[in-house]
Amino acid sequence: MVGRESIGIRSFRFLTGALLIIWLVLPLIPLAIWSFARGWFFPSLLPKTWSMKAWEYTFSDTAGVIDSLWLTVGISLAATLLSILVGVPAGRALGMYKFRGKEFVELLILAPIIVPGIAVVLGIHSVFISMGLNNTVSGVILVHLIPTLPYMVLVMAGIFANYDPAFEAQARSLGASPLKTFWYVTLPAIMPGIIVGGLFAFLVSWSQYILTLLIGGGRVVTLPLLLFNFATSGRNDITGAIGMIYILPGIIILLLTARHLSGRSGAVGGFGQI
Amino acid sequence: MSDRLKVFLLLLPALSVIVVLFFGGLLIGLMRSFNYMPVIGLTEPDFSAYVSVFTDREFYLSFMLTFYIAFVSTVISSILAIGAALLLRRQFVGRAIVNFLFQLNLTVPHLVGAIGILYLFSQSGSFARLAAEWGMIARPAEFPALVFDPYAIGIILQYVWKEVPFIGVIVLANMQSIGEDYESVARSLGANRWQSFRHVLLPLVFPGVLSASVMVFAFTFGAYEIPAILGANYPAALPVLAYRKYTDVDLAARPEAMAMAIIIALLSAVMIYFYVRYSRRRIRG
Repeated sequence: MVGRESIGIRSFRFLTGALLIIWLVLPLIPLAIWSFARGWFFPSLLPKTWSMKAWEYTFSDTAGVIDSLWLTVGISLAATLLSILVGVPAGRALGMYKFRGKEFVELLILAPIIVPGIAVVLGIHSVFISMGLNNTVSGVILVHLIPTLPYMVLVMAGIFANYDPAFEAQARSLGASPLKTFWYVTLPAIMPGIIVGGLFAFLVSWSQYILTLLIGGGRVVTLPLLLFNFATSGRNDITGAIGMIYILPGIIILLLTARHLSGRSGAVGGFGQI
Repeated sequence: MSDRLKVFLLLLPALSVIVVLFFGGLLIGLMRSFNYMPVIGLTEPDFSAYVSVFTDREFYLSFMLTFYIAFVSTVISSILAIGAALLLRRQFVGRAIVNFLFQLNLTVPHLVGAIGILYLFSQSGSFARLAAEWGMIARPAEFPALVFDPYAIGIILQYVWKEVPFIGVIVLANMQSIGEDYESVARSLGANRWQSFRHVLLPLVFPGVLSASVMVFAFTFGAYEIPAILGANYPAALPVLAYRKYTDVDLAARPEAMAMAIIIALLSAVMIYFYVRYSRRRIRG
């Protein structure tokens, strides 16, 4: 094939590839530049004076960015752990068993992945009021389960579909208790799936905006809320700095899991929501 | 323990969470949209919220705008994603970089993309400055309005930026698992490049494209923060309008917000139907 391809086709491919690369990084560039800029006015193409002011402010105690960063990490970790605890058993049921009503159960789990958060969160908000869950971190963690849990279940169902339960039967026949069998046989086998699914579920929670805004009621200020506020109040330099911090976990997780990030794994479906 | 009981117990925690939070939230929204809430003394359901939504010109403008944004973004993203996947299938200088950027882009939240697009395309943004540098404009106002504009160009650009990699990686994996044998056969039987793509490869990857684009359509129809950053004030996208109604000082507007939420949910239900139809195989994975 390659030998027959003309120079024309090869250079067309190179050009479109180059165009694609530029387009993909383009929106991130002004954010990065703004974070080091000081008074970068029209029509300067690049800032006249460079400064670390925005970064100093971002890392200062008064800005609250660091508090918000840890709060966001905490909420996303909690939502991820809960999703793993609840999602792994359900994934096992869907991946390993055939049962009546399975398609219906799959539909119930798929629905929250496709239905946008705004469609359900207004109703939840009016119930959480009476339960005292509005404006609390626990309320926000709970509501983050709506996008993260179904995602975890689907990823684990994929893992369990390729899992061979014969090893468990052998361990049991050799006298291991169910708990020991789970700990020494099942868990090590599904661990890679839990880690990848968990990292992606973390990102799904990390990127939530409207659920946090409504249920947190402005009291639970996660990083995306802070970013939005600075962006709409015209503080471009601080927005740039927070934006850079905000995309960092995604880049770290990408470096850890790049080979799982192909469309072939069901895991990629969750990225529609980020 | 029987298998039936085992399955039931394994599913119970997850289904409880989803049914209570997700379907509970939907149900409460539905009840409140009909002004029906016995707990707080509303025992006479009525259609007043729907009547005022459907007689409100702003709602129609907002619905049309949101549908237009979702439709145009999904179609453009799907076409470009197929093109990008065709490109990434082949060896070329820079393929590894495109691959990496595709994956990087998947992890960047929509909100960051929206702010990036704002800084690029606003009237004092990077492209306006470039136009000034080249003497095409003298003042920011002379640069065409690409954000906060009636055609929602900024919003669509943002979605295309985010969704091309999303649909692209799914289509690419599809193409790689199909392989090139079918196309080779078509080519050896005399089909040209276009014919072997149009009549052989495209029909094979189309279900995958469709199931990914259904997710994209539902997302773009219900997203709040992107139109809130990049959209015009009037008409606003439907999720923005629903949020405004819900947080209005006038509490009477809340049922209207709920009615809009239900309309968004109904549209997503249609999307779920198409998703299930075209991707049964994928879920089973």
